[in-house]
Amino acid sequence: MISFDFEYASPQSIKEASETFQQFKRENKKAIYYAGGTEFISRARAGEIKADAIIDLKQVKECQQIGFANNQLVVGATRTLTDVEEGNFYPLLSDVIQHIAHRTARNKITIGGNLMSHLAYREAALPFLLADSTLEIATMDGNVRQVSIHDIFKQDLHLSEGEFIVQIMTDEKFLNMPHFHSKKTKQSKLNYPIVTLAALRVDEKIRVALSGAYPYPTRLLKLEKLMAAASKKFDGNIERVMKKLPTSIIDDMYASLEYRKFLLERSMIDMFQKLERMSS
Amino acid sequence: MDVSKTGGLVKLKINGQTKEVSIRFADTLLFTLREQLGLMGAKPSCHNGDCGACTILIDEIPFNACHLLTAEVIGKNITTIEGLKDITVQEAFIKHWALQCGYCTPGFILNTYALVKSKPNATDKEIDEWLDSNICRCTGYQEIKAAVKSVLQSGVSS
Repeated sequence: MISFDFEYASPQSIKEASETFQQFKRENKKAIYYAGGTEFISRARAGEIKADAIIDLKQVKECQQIGFANNQLVVGATRTLTDVEEGNFYPLLSDVIQHIAHRTARNKITIGGNLMSHLAYREAALPFLLADSTLEIATMDGNVRQVSIHDIFKQDLHLSEGEFIVQIMTDEKFLNMPHFHSKKTKQSKLNYPIVTLAALRVDEKIRVALSGAYPYPTRLLKLEKLMAAASKKFDGNIERVMKKLPTSIIDDMYASLEYRKFLLERSMIDMFQKLERMSS
Repeated sequence: MDVSKTGGLVKLKINGQTKEVSIRFADTLLFTLREQLGLMGAKPSCHNGDCGACTILIDEIPFNACHLLTAEVIGKNITTIEGLKDITVQEAFIKHWALQCGYCTPGFILNTYALVKSKPNATDKEIDEWLDSNICRCTGYQEIKAAVKSVLQSGVSS
């Protein structure tokens, strides 16, 4: 049971959502944008988060859009993980999503909610980081701006007060490129990742992103440069590859640093083998 | 909807009937079903969307009632275990010994019903994927899977 009361608004448009946020702000009320709400409900019940009002974005038409426009895949932020997975517009994205939480939870969790999660994992970000996606953001004055995911997703998604994600747009050319995905958990099939690795081969160059190994999802740009400079074939020297990874690998009760590095090495080798096999 | 700022009297469509109920916007559907409407089939357990004991259907899609605000489902068709009558799923669970203490069973039955309705040709992989949403601590999943497969063969209508 959530112990505190809050107001509930369900705007029909971006403009109405922004005006609603401004109105609550004028009344000195803390308002939170709401989509799937699974994290909000769990955290509110546990007393970790409070709000005077929530603004449910699921009736905003642009946030519910899904499909293709202007040679781009457009995914509205309030579409559920199940919607995106079953649409199978971007196979790597579907693969990654299929391993987040469980089916019934995915009927509620939204793509925007996963990107905005306070948890470290946010695995849905990986395919978008690999494909240089663009985010459309609604501003507090009711306008929209477009920004590269690389300019706004730096460890966390950095939105200004009153802003929310409307859509994520991905160039069609990336959607069916050879890809690899591997998720390692501590024990069970359903759990948060110890290491999730997603990779995309773009123009014979491999792009790699990780979740679980670090306190945030990240794309491994230094490693990609090393691989681009090297010969096309993986030479088996995984230590040389591992040296290019950021050093801040998590060491906690779920998995030691050494175990995470071991799993990361295994995932990297599997990735090279699969993607190189597909190119030969 | 007749509302104050943080709640009010709302109409919910549950199991084919319209019910008027007073809610706080902070109420979860699980709380409203059990404490306000006396529908005890959705079971409280983890309250965190992890176990599936409180599974209900919204417009025939399974959701965890603990992870829904009642305010979100106004105008939608809510189905609880009390609303599933004259179907073959319960019989299949009995026939295949797919329950023991029974606490998780309503959630499994609703999930099975939704699976068979939306994917009548579900593969083993799809059955496993859907059943992963529900936890049973005493029966064992093979009996439940056998029950699901038998319903897939016979259909949900008796």
